[in-house]
This record gives sequence, C-alpha cells and structure tokens, in this order.
Amino acid sequence: MIALVKRDLALAIRAGGGFGLGLAFFLILCVLVPFGVGPEPALLARIAPGILWVGALLAALLSLDRIFQFDYEDGTLEVLATAPLPLEGVALVKALAHWVTTGLPLTLAAAPLGMLLNLPAQAVPALVLGLALGTPALSVIGAFGAALTVGLKRGGLLISLLVLPLYMPTLLYGADAARRGAAGLEASTPLLLLAGISAAAVALMPFVTAAALRMNLR
Amino acid sequence: MSIWKYANPKQFMHSTAWLVPLFSYAAAGFIAVGLIWGFFFTPDDFRQGSTVKIIYLHVPSALMAINAWFMMLVASLIWLIRRHHVSALAARAAAPIGVVMTLIALFTGAVWGEPMWGTWWAWDPRLTSFLILFLFYLGYIALWQAIETQDVAADLTSILCLVGSVFAVLSRYAVNFWNQGLHQGTSVPVATGGRTVDDVFFVPLVISMIGFGLLFVALVLLRTRTEIRHRRLHALLARERAAQ
Amino acid sequence: MSHKYARKGHSSNRQRCAGFHGPPLSAMRIGMEFTVTDLACRRGELTVLSGVGFSVLPGNALVLRGPNGSGKTTLLRCLAGLTPPVAGRLSFESDQVAYAGHADALKTQMTVQETLSFWARVYGAAHTNAAIERFTLASLLTRRIDTLSAGQKRRVSLSRLVLSGRPLWALDEPTVSLDTNAVAQFASAVEAHLASGGAALIATHIDLGLRDAQVMDLTPFRADVDHTTLDPFLSEDAF
Repeated sequence: MIALVKRDLALAIRAGGGFGLGLAFFLILCVLVPFGVGPEPALLARIAPGILWVGALLAALLSLDRIFQFDYEDGTLEVLATAPLPLEGVALVKALAHWVTTGLPLTLAAAPLGMLLNLPAQAVPALVLGLALGTPALSVIGAFGAALTVGLKRGGLLISLLVLPLYMPTLLYGADAARRGAAGLEASTPLLLLAGISAAAVALMPFVTAAALRMNLR
Repeated sequence: MSIWKYANPKQFMHSTAWLVPLFSYAAAGFIAVGLIWGFFFTPDDFRQGSTVKIIYLHVPSALMAINAWFMMLVASLIWLIRRHHVSALAARAAAPIGVVMTLIALFTGAVWGEPMWGTWWAWDPRLTSFLILFLFYLGYIALWQAIETQDVAADLTSILCLVGSVFAVLSRYAVNFWNQGLHQGTSVPVATGGRTVDDVFFVPLVISMIGFGLLFVALVLLRTRTEIRHRRLHALLARERAAQ
Repeated sequence: MSHKYARKGHSSNRQRCAGFHGPPLSAMRIGMEFTVTDLACRRGELTVLSGVGFSVLPGNALVLRGPNGSGKTTLLRCLAGLTPPVAGRLSFESDQVAYAGHADALKTQMTVQETLSFWARVYGAAHTNAAIERFTLASLLTRRIDTLSAGQKRRVSLSRLVLSGRPLWALDEPTVSLDTNAVAQFASAVEAHLASGGAALIATHIDLGLRDAQVMDLTPFRADVDHTTLDPFLSEDAF
C-alpha cells in the first residue's frame, strides 16, 4: 500500500503527471475574478471567502478524471484489481495521491492568494483550516465520481455533473466557516461539521469507489 | 410464487398491460376533480387572493418529485441486492418523471413566489434543496445515458443513487444551516405544506395529491414497459451481431 | 490420466491433460489441480461461453484457441476474478491466478527497476531476481519504460507473473509484439514456471513450442445464440 502511495506521488510529480495544474488554475481564477467584478476592495473582501472556496473546488474537480483514467487505459487497474491489495485500499490511496497533489497545495496557496482578493486577515485561520479539513472530502468524493466514469472516453464533463452536487455540503460548511472568520465570528461549528463530513467520506467513500471500479472492470 | 415473479420482464409485461390504462384513467379523474374543485370551488384566501390556488399543482408535484427519488432508491437497492432487471429499468424510468415533477414544483413555486414575496427566486432552504435535487436527477440520467453496457449502467447508476441519497439528505441539513448563517431570522416565510391549510382547501388538495400519485405510478409503469422493450431490442441486436 | 470435458452433448470434445512434474517451488501450492466445471461467462450483456470444462494439472499448460470473439479473453478474465461467472464451478480461487491481459500495464515515466520493485512489494515478493533472470531484464534495469521497444515492454510486463508467485498463469495473447527470439525466451520462462509446479492457460494463435502443452479449441463452447435461460430479455414470445 505504501509502495502504491509512493508510486502515485512519483508519477504525479514526473513529467506528464499534471502536478501543479490545479494550482495554476486556482491562481488564474483568483486573478480573473477582480477583472469580472471590479477592483473595489470592500466588494472583493466580501466575496473573497466564497471565491477561494469555489476556486479550490473547481481546481480539485479539474484533475479528477486523471485519478483512475491512466491506470484504466494502460491496464494497471486490472492488474491492481487482481493483486493481493484490497481495491478499497487502492481507491483510498488514489484519493490520497490526488489530495497531496491538489488539495494540499490549494490549502497552502489559499492564504497568499487571499491577499489578491483583499481577504481580511482574521479570515485566514478559518479559511486555511477549513480547506485543510474539507479538501480530503473533495478528493475521496471526487475519486468516486472518477470511478463511475472511468470506462468512458470523454468522462470529464460528466464527472462535473455527478460530483458537483455531492460537493454541495462541503462547500457550504467550508465557505461558511471562512465567511464567519471574515466577520470575526466563532467558526468552530461549521469547521466541526466539515471535519465530520471529511471523516465520514474518507471512511466510507472508498468502499463505493471500489464497488464502482469493479463494476467498470467487468 | 412470490412477489419476485414480477421481476421477470415477461411476467411484468403481462401483468402490467391492463394496469397502465387503469392508473391513467384514475389519475385523470382524481386530478380533474382535484384541480377543478380547487381552482373554481374554493374561496380566495383573504391574504393571498386567488394566487393561493397554484398550491393544487405545486404541492402534489413537489411531493412526487421527492417520492420519485425514493422509488429510485428502493429500486436501485433491489437491483444491487437481488439483480432483478425490471427493478433497474423501473429506476431508470422514474428519473425523467422525477425531473419533470421537480421542474413543475420549481416553476409553480416561482410563479407563486413572484406576487407573494416579490421575487421569482430566493435562496430559501426549501427552494435550494429542490434545485439540488434537480441537479442530482440530471447527473443520474446523464450517467444512464453515457454508459453503453446496460447492466454496467444499471450497477453504476444504482450506486450513484445510493450515494446521492445520502448527500441529498446532507445537503438538506447543510442548506438549512447555511441559510440561517447568512440571514439571521429568515424574512421569507414559506406557506407550503398542508398543515396550516383549512379543510376547505385541504380536501381538494388531497384529491389532487392522490391524482398526482396515480399519475406517477401510471407513468412509471408505462415508461418501464418502454424500457423493457428497448432493452429487449438491445439484447436481440446484440444476439444478431454475435451470431454473425 | 485423462479428463473429460464436462459438457453435455459434446462427448467428442475430449482432452487429455498428461502430467509433467518438474522440481516444485516451495512458494507454490503443489499437487493442486485447476478444474473448471460447466462454466458460463458473459461479455457485456451477452453470454458468450457456456459449458466450459477442463482441468489443468500442475506442470501443465493449456493453450486456448479459437477465432476472434470466441471468448478467450472473456474466459481468462472470468478465471482471474474480474468478471463473475454466470454459472459453473472453479476448483480454485482467483487469488491463485496471475492474469496478463492485452495491455502491458506499465508506466512510461518509471524505470524497469522501479516497476519491478513496485510490483514485488504489491505481491509481497522478497526479491526481483527470478523475474529479471527469467525474462533477461538485467541489461534494461536502469532504462525508463518509454525508451523500451514494444517487445521489451512486453517482457517487463510478463515478468510481473513471476513476481506474483501465483501458480496459475492466465495469459491473453502474451506473444504480441515479441520477435522469434523473444517468443522462444517467453516459452522457456513458461516452461520454467511449469517445471516448478505451476500451470498456465495461454490464449494464443502461434505455436509456442511448449512441451506437454495441451490445446483446447473454445469454438464448441460458444453459448448457443438462442440461449434464452440466461437472459430474461431474450424470451421467444414477443412482449
């Protein structure tokens, strides 16, 4: 299992792995928003938590179809499915690799990019903590969507349609925590709910992901 | 023989042939009575005027929009556990009906909301939940259409329905929480639901609700029969190709 | 010893699987016979094979033949546990089957050494020496997969079978893109596996020159096209 983590991370970082693509997308989004809504600092400060969360969500979404697609196409997934590893574990490891290459960098980049959007400094802890707690849920839920569409030639658009409604609760609590932080309010309730969603998703989603993979390999 | 004998496509086709017209006529009767009674033979509300009468379309369609998803959930579970093809096809057949019911509920809600609240749309928890339900339906239908192998499509959509149900419930609670978080003391009262309604409005509403329920059953049966025929065509064509 | 195919109405389909016992490897379960009885498998929605029965003894190879679409891949995927069988019995679990499909299942950005040690860890193999030796990969170890020729990739891919330590190899067209030399080399790797008490099922069109290999044609097991009991949607009366 650890070998699989190492391999997936190595593959993501080497050429063609697409590491940093999500991060670049996140940056561009944060640059484009002020062009769209105007440079007024008060307005930007007000919408910054929401923009950062939606941006993180879309950046995570962007790389979802890569989670299983390459392994499916080159036959690795078949070999892994017949290997002594539990497929649930494989699904979790794949989601973990996705999180390390997108969720984690997004969490770390959120604070500096928040400055571009004039995010109030007091919102930063709730925002960063919220992303750290919420992005694992985005990765494991996204892995489920990727497993559903792995057999399809052009699954990218369909993944968005399947996964975005599932992202709704995570986004609501995450953005709410950041907004409360910006307003100087106590943000622990949404953060705890966010942690609960992430914990439940990490514990349960690999099972349905593995089930979907098995169905697709049939 | 148990109830599961109806899970055989041929048996299902045989047994439901006479049920479709029966449910259709019953639905037409109940809806006609419910709507005519509701529209023309109930007094205007003292506060809302005659706009309240859209309730006879709005509430039954909203109810069916949710019930259709429940039906899909049960049918998906039966497919995953007992592998009855008719069950999977019934779930597939119910989804577009659920979408239409959701759209009717959203549309009539908007038409009702404009004179009452002065806006077509508000991010009220109930409204938002219905919009999310609509998105879930869209994803479900899109997944069915994207996958060519019918059994695999049935498997994957069933599991999506299961996971989607859990997240739909989560979203419902999340939306409640979020709306409170946004505007403390919500300013948009939602007058849906039959609980606060007087008997004079309530009886035609119940008749209309029964009518929509019958309509749903009739449509699901009809569409399931179509799906079974479609599936048979698919199987026959696959056999032809294999025989060549 | 001889084993009959367990298919009703096809008594002419007999297959002798004579045993050849080489020196056993302790890692493998020895003396285990791989028997398939009355197996039916499906590809997509269509049941393509039915009534498949055969038996392979340790030390033996069974070569599967049949035209394209006759169900060779379907059978091997079913035995590997990827597709659940429609009917029938297997005397073994799918975790005793090492499956090698059409695709090489290699990552172009990794070196041969990395690939081998990764799969060795997945299968819990102690070392990669046997795999390197059997497929003569020693000179390729530091090369990246994307610099290898198609035949070399194939060899790296097949060496995973050795790493798996599983007794029954299920190989789907393993010699695709291998030249004559490499085919001979592959055949000797299979023979070494058989000699150590393993068994192999090989779907192939070419003659591998294996000693003691039995040949089975899958054409007689093709599921009858009017086979209605397995698909409820293919009932004879219209609906």
